[in-house]
Amino acid sequence: MGALQPGTKAPDFSLHTTPDQSVALHEFCGRRLILCFYPADWSPVCGDQVTLYNELLSEFRQHNADLLGISVDGVWCHLAYAKDRKLHFPLLSDFEPKGAVARAYGVYHTPLGTSERALFVLDETGTIRWSYVSPIGVNPGADGILEALEGLDGAPKS
Amino acid sequence: MSTRAPRLTRPVADDDHIRGPVDAPLTLLEYGDFECPHCGAAHPIIEEVRARLGPQLRFVYRHFPLSNVHPHAEAAAEAAEAAGAQGRFWEMHDRLFEHQDALEDDDLVTHARLLGLDLEQFVEELGTGVHAPRVRRDFVSGVRSGVNGTPSFYINGVRHDGGYDMASLLGALEAVLRAA
Repeated sequence: MGALQPGTKAPDFSLHTTPDQSVALHEFCGRRLILCFYPADWSPVCGDQVTLYNELLSEFRQHNADLLGISVDGVWCHLAYAKDRKLHFPLLSDFEPKGAVARAYGVYHTPLGTSERALFVLDETGTIRWSYVSPIGVNPGADGILEALEGLDGAPKS
Repeated sequence: MSTRAPRLTRPVADDDHIRGPVDAPLTLLEYGDFECPHCGAAHPIIEEVRARLGPQLRFVYRHFPLSNVHPHAEAAAEAAEAAGAQGRFWEMHDRLFEHQDALEDDDLVTHARLLGLDLEQFVEELGTGVHAPRVRRDFVSGVRSGVNGTPSFYINGVRHDGGYDMASLLGALEAVLRAA
């Protein structure tokens, strides 16, 4: 199965972001949401990618969009990574059962045991409006996300 | 899915910082961060490339400060703009890359003094953030053009995905020149 395509209802999930806090997809109903699946904390390309997105949160918010990072790393790893990179958006731990959310979105990469490097833009109703899977070693940048959000700005309200 | 290299979405314009002849056949554009060690390493290579290609090359610099990982990068970018407001952008650009260990606010004022800038104006412009929108404009134009880290280079508007050691950069530029 490939990545879920535009027009698909995004599967709901609830994942830990810290040892005692969880974030659920349905909490973002009424707002747009960017889901950034990435293979692993600390790997060089991910570092550039999350660092870039971290600088763009105000641009995303101008489009009424929040950002969630998702990988199979554990919450303690996420905490250390977010602190080191001074990240201002939540990292979710797709840890138990491992990669279940990535599998639900069709972006689990079995040979590596991690998610693919995949992006989804969801509209206010939780419907996927854009998705992109990047070669695993390539930072996809943010231009595709911004174009997708601008497309939603121009789209008639559903 | 296209694998074509991304292109510059904001064309080079008069209000860009441009070094070299405006009608040069080659344009090398950098999105850089004054606190980024890789950009610092690229600086002398770019200078050498400029020396070798002479009037065939114009060099353009745009800001791409990754402020959360480089806490001094934004102020340094605005300092270069403040120097630019006094006609001295490139002198400050060079000083900052040659003194990446001296980017505290006091250091920026010292650089300005050594360049002979009007310090009162410089300090006020830094304090009020008057150049922040310009720096952000550069940053956003980079994002829209596919910048995914620093330094990112564009040769005649197409992202250069090869290395930026002397041989790679010069080779890529000369190849574009031959194809022109």
